[in-house]
Amino acid sequence: MSPAILLLLAFGLGLVGWLAARSRAWAFRRAAPHARLHSLPGFHAWYVALWIAVPALVFAVVWNAVSPALITAHVLADPAAAALPGFGFEREAMLAQARAVAEGKAYGVFMPEAEGLIAPYRVALTRYESIGLVVTILVALAGGAFAFLRLKPDFTARTRVERAVMGLLLIASLVAILTTAGIIVSLVFETVRFFGMVSPIDFLFGTHWAPDPMSTGAVDGKQFGAIPLFWGTIYIGAIIAMLVAIPLGLMSAIFLTQYASSTVRKVMKPLLEILAGVPTVVYGYFAALTVAPAVRDFAQGIGISSASTESAVAAGLVMGVMIIPFVSSMADDSIAAVPDSLRDGSLAMGATRAETIRKVLVPAALPGIVAGIMLAVSRAIGETMIVVMAAGASANLTANPFQSMTTVTFQIVAMLTGEGSFDHPATLSAFALGMVLFLVTLALNFIALRVVKRYREAYE
Amino acid sequence: MNAPLPLTDATTEPTGEIAPIVNALPDDGPAKISARNVSVFYGAKRAIDDVSIDVPNDYVTAFIGPSGCGKSTFLRSLNRMNDTIAHARVEGEILLDGQDIYRSGMDVVQLRARVGMVFQKPNPFPKSIYENIAYGPRIHGLTTSKSELDGIVETSLQRAGLWEEVKDRLADSGTALSGGQQQRLCIARAIAVDPEVILMDEPCSALDPIATARIEELIDELRGRYAIVIVTHSMQQAARVSQRTAFFHMGKIVEYGTTSDIFTNPRQERTKDYITGRYG
Repeated sequence: MSPAILLLLAFGLGLVGWLAARSRAWAFRRAAPHARLHSLPGFHAWYVALWIAVPALVFAVVWNAVSPALITAHVLADPAAAALPGFGFEREAMLAQARAVAEGKAYGVFMPEAEGLIAPYRVALTRYESIGLVVTILVALAGGAFAFLRLKPDFTARTRVERAVMGLLLIASLVAILTTAGIIVSLVFETVRFFGMVSPIDFLFGTHWAPDPMSTGAVDGKQFGAIPLFWGTIYIGAIIAMLVAIPLGLMSAIFLTQYASSTVRKVMKPLLEILAGVPTVVYGYFAALTVAPAVRDFAQGIGISSASTESAVAAGLVMGVMIIPFVSSMADDSIAAVPDSLRDGSLAMGATRAETIRKVLVPAALPGIVAGIMLAVSRAIGETMIVVMAAGASANLTANPFQSMTTVTFQIVAMLTGEGSFDHPATLSAFALGMVLFLVTLALNFIALRVVKRYREAYE
Repeated sequence: MNAPLPLTDATTEPTGEIAPIVNALPDDGPAKISARNVSVFYGAKRAIDDVSIDVPNDYVTAFIGPSGCGKSTFLRSLNRMNDTIAHARVEGEILLDGQDIYRSGMDVVQLRARVGMVFQKPNPFPKSIYENIAYGPRIHGLTTSKSELDGIVETSLQRAGLWEEVKDRLADSGTALSGGQQQRLCIARAIAVDPEVILMDEPCSALDPIATARIEELIDELRGRYAIVIVTHSMQQAARVSQRTAFFHMGKIVEYGTTSDIFTNPRQERTKDYITGRYG
């Protein structure tokens, strides 16, 4: 029984209920043309349809989750299952093969031991599918009957449907939150496994990063010093990129809010925001193919012979340009939110426009500007494609911006897409890195939101 | 309109254009500000229509009139604050000490240092009390030392009658003061750059009666030291603080004269109707 069929079944029965309830509500109306129905017939229809579809869908979801375990339990109870190995990969493979044949997805099994399991699987599949189908229909009918019998001219269907709408909205908003929670949980599990193999002290404070995904035997914690990665991330994302993005973003915000005519603003603001919509991989090859060689030639031209093609400065410059709209749009909003009366007060004292901006508007808007910068930093340190393409893979702990450097995000990609097995510490280190990155960006976003909130209170 | 002409004297007012009445003014000396045939436009809308007035140096001049009569617009054109509004345009001449402030080459920054302004809603900068006052002297380079600046801050706050209340907390934020104190801070801020004229745009409309009384006392104390022009909604306030009053209606000056004349012996029907509360 495929989930799609249960889904269609639930919706189909819901439609039937919808039509039936609506005609019943119309019947109420015809029976007493002058009495007022509490709710329009459509609300009665939706009420019944929801009572049919929602319980059926909930049951279908639950059934989909538990039935495989029930089927396996049934098969394992069969005498043929006694021939299976106790546990491990082979046992799982045999069960999967037998099941695939029973479901008609494969024509035969590779392992002869699995042959005997096909028949029990067929029996179990048929049985549990029928049970699922029947119970789904029963649940739908029970819900529908319950709802249909409650319909009366003065039944408050409208209020109840309203409540269902609220529930729907609540679920929609919970999805994002639950996803975040799920991400944290999955990160935590793998991170804990990693720290079972490598000491957190070695990881957080070590200065040598050279995990070997193919290594076997004892784990050498000294290979997992992540300081060069943290440094590369901060140097590229929080220092070089911000040196580009803060002045340019702030100045463009000041131009747009204070100097540009409304026509210019109408054209330039969306153009600037387009920068934020360019896929980062496009920035990546711009960085790798155009900026990086130019930066290298420039560095060699001024006598830095160690300059490599992949450099922190190339990645940082392009990342800075990418981040400009984040800084400028927050700065723009917060400068525009400074009351005009402050600007007028300053101008009326004989201050020039530039003095007013520098001494009154920017200080008054500073919390919003700082929040924008923090969001931009958290975006920059989580950025991956540009550094993958332009910053390099070698974990150098250096202040020379013309050398290649690597970042946390780059190493996550490198470790997870390598050939190491999944329970190898090198692979697991990706989760620990991800956890650190997640916590840092979470903290930055949190602080930024707090700052913005306080600022909003200040000006109502 | 062939109706028989009414008996005309100064108090009856035929429909259509009439010249504004300037009551007999005692000798005010040379005008501080003279407006000659000033019109102000917002885009195509004419907000001020051919206004001429002499503002004396030693008295408080009040602009009264119903909402939307253009009195604030006219006030803002006296220190060219209308420049900050796109589409605003001024015609005619406004002379400050005989010099047209709209002539080309006029330094608006210097003009505003000479003609300060206090706004309807107190607008202290989100800085300390000290920094609010020190802002103007700093940008104009009025002082060369910290002690000189301290002196200006103290004098300005004293003249604004705020010194005793804030002298122990100059480092506190100006926005933490009460509304009335904030408005006196804004007056002190305007005084600190040593202007010749102070324009006040309904300075008490956001304040309670006690704070209003305090500001009115202050205006009286400042009279003579600065030429003061105040726009107000409140006729009682105009009567209390000013010596000259101009009544604006529909973008024109209807009547201008000594405050006591305007309030006790208005020559124009419209003025009389307004001050007796028939409209406005």
